[in-house]
Amino acid sequence: MINTLLARAQQKHRTIGFPKLPPVLPDRLRGRPAIDAAKCPAGCRICADACPTDAITLGEKGPRLDLGCCLFCPECERACPEGAIRFTTEHRLAASRREELVLGEKEFQLARALDEKTRRIFGRSLKLRQVSAGGCNGCESDVNVLNTVVFDLGRFGVQFVASPRHADGLLITGPVTQNMELALRKTYEAVPSPKLVIAVGACAISGGPYAGHPEQRNGADRVVPVDLYIPGCPPHPITILDGLLRILGRIE
Amino acid sequence: MTANSISTVRNGQKVDLANLPLVAFGDFRDAIVSAVKAGARLSALFGVALQEADVQGRHAAPGLGDLRLFAVLAQEAEGMLAVTSTRVGDTYPALTPDCPQAHWFEREIAEQWGVKPEGHPWLKPIRFHHSYRKGRDAWNRPVEIPIQPGVTNFFTMTGDEVHEVAVGPVHAGIIEPGHFRFQCHGEKVYHLEISLGYQHRGVERALIGGPGKRTISYMETLAGDTTIGHTLTYCEAVEALADCRVPARAQALRAIALELERLANHTGDLGALANDIGYLPTASYCGRIRGDFLNLTALICGNRFGRGLIRPGGVLFDLDEARQKQLEERLAEAHKDVTNAVELLWDTSSVRARFENAGPVSREMAVELGLVGVVARASGLGHDVRSQFPSGIYRFAQIPVSSYHTGSVFARAYVRWMEIQRSIAFVFDQLKALPDGPVRSEIGTLAANSAVVSLTEGWRGEICHVALTDAHGRFAHYKIVDPSFHNWMGLALALRNQQISDFPLCNKSFNLSYCGHDL
Repeated sequence: MINTLLARAQQKHRTIGFPKLPPVLPDRLRGRPAIDAAKCPAGCRICADACPTDAITLGEKGPRLDLGCCLFCPECERACPEGAIRFTTEHRLAASRREELVLGEKEFQLARALDEKTRRIFGRSLKLRQVSAGGCNGCESDVNVLNTVVFDLGRFGVQFVASPRHADGLLITGPVTQNMELALRKTYEAVPSPKLVIAVGACAISGGPYAGHPEQRNGADRVVPVDLYIPGCPPHPITILDGLLRILGRIE
Repeated sequence: MTANSISTVRNGQKVDLANLPLVAFGDFRDAIVSAVKAGARLSALFGVALQEADVQGRHAAPGLGDLRLFAVLAQEAEGMLAVTSTRVGDTYPALTPDCPQAHWFEREIAEQWGVKPEGHPWLKPIRFHHSYRKGRDAWNRPVEIPIQPGVTNFFTMTGDEVHEVAVGPVHAGIIEPGHFRFQCHGEKVYHLEISLGYQHRGVERALIGGPGKRTISYMETLAGDTTIGHTLTYCEAVEALADCRVPARAQALRAIALELERLANHTGDLGALANDIGYLPTASYCGRIRGDFLNLTALICGNRFGRGLIRPGGVLFDLDEARQKQLEERLAEAHKDVTNAVELLWDTSSVRARFENAGPVSREMAVELGLVGVVARASGLGHDVRSQFPSGIYRFAQIPVSSYHTGSVFARAYVRWMEIQRSIAFVFDQLKALPDGPVRSEIGTLAANSAVVSLTEGWRGEICHVALTDAHGRFAHYKIVDPSFHNWMGLALALRNQQISDFPLCNKSFNLSYCGHDL
């Protein structure tokens, strides 16, 4: 018993100050990419050719980067001889609509809070059922850590529950494999309305590295309507937490 | 085994495909069965469909089929791998009755190629997809009807008060999908059948014709928690095929990353085991300390899972002096915290009472099923790729093999703890003696018509990749065997005669990968 108490003292208080304090992130974190189209020579498409998921396309104003497809790998940044594309440590990536994930043409629009009425229902207590529908278990791992003492998701009234019947919404990871499509549909139907759907990670948004494979559906919104998109491969836990708090109106 | 029915290669040795034995099926079967009886372990057994040209070409002979089967046997005592191959048609006499290690592999072969291993005692799909060869199906299922996952003839038990419990694919926690069927009498489990395939996303098929620009992303996401393990195994395979020498500094950084991956996962598992028996102090501390190890990987490369770190030829991120110092300091902190958190487990009699005797796997069963990794070592075996088939820096810096003899949940937990201590010591040693020089060398094109077997000891166990190239140096076939592929049956058998309420505990003590299995 005394050992247990001594251990408790050694392990200290570890819950982070986020969102009141800024998050502590690795300095090499590949967060939101920044594109400086002014540096792009005419006709250059080196970044687009290097991208494993074809997240980069070339528009009239230069490269457009779809965060929903981006694996946040270092390939485009390494390939660009002009330094026109680079990853910043900006962790805020969540968006409310699929098309808002495209960088390069408009100002990036972060996810908006739910409307007043929905926030009255979910704002102080949001129960989510997680569905893993393909993918690599990376996103699942970094969603799971939100339950540790470091992030302490419970303090925001958000909790993962064991049954869709107890849930206010789904948090989906994975590209939705053919073999998980029916299970996902049934789980969605089992959640009582009104309900939210959150797609976490490149797979759940676009199919990620598996986009185009016949064994999967290229993302959750091909199967169920999605209310929040959180890009990454996998997104940093702070990115996921930021997205959740943003729709609840806890971060503006 | 005769000298010409099998050839021996080193881990990561490029061989000319033409020099690999291609023998009559009887010799192939005898060679495998006798090698396994003599102590070898089946690392891989897989089929490669031959092109029409090959069937008609120089290997043409009446009675030979159009599927080439390859086998890779790990001969731990010699530190060598034995490779052989044969050709089969629509059916062949199954190896499984004489070599149970082959059972899951033969189900995979049947499902992928529509070939029937006759006499297989348990021939059911493992991933639930149509055969790669249209119109050829081992169960004669029509092409036009979609295949439903988890729909198969499950083993059943009848009798008074016998009941069946079905769980999944969607589970109560934040975990991957799988389907579990328990045959129970009261609380006691008589049999557990595990049905997977929900994570099947077609990776192996997409690799053919590579390497391409997506190949490395596939490797990094075969099993997300084993990003370093699988990516390293892949890179060592292509480096062998391209005769690329990896700088010493890169080899050391790769091994540091591999051990950090092991540290994060083993620590997380010990916390999760504590959670499953309701011992919350260690559960909550280890949940956090796991993240501290992941953050060390992020300190090196910006990603907690090591995405973007390992590439053919070396690594993309180096450690400067300040970063190395920070890594050492933070590792020392994590070492202190994890020791404190985990030792609570061994000091608490209620924890030991729940761990000891739960989910036993005997040494004999582990040998018979060909189990690998922590699970095998917890049943008294000495399998560890880092020791028997070392590659990279492990050829120069050895890590002692950690094993325990009871085969229980306690043993699997305790082996993890021993490995945590040894991995930390190893990382400190590497950091102290980090070689100078570049961290990446250029990699050229892959040799044509060649083969290589690449093994790595991931945190779950042996990762095996086999690459075969075509006449243009592209992948004609790329076989991936995640350690979970060997070990899922071990979990099923560990549950026999256990309480069904102990399933989460036993399951966590294996902590197998669904996506690494399903591919």
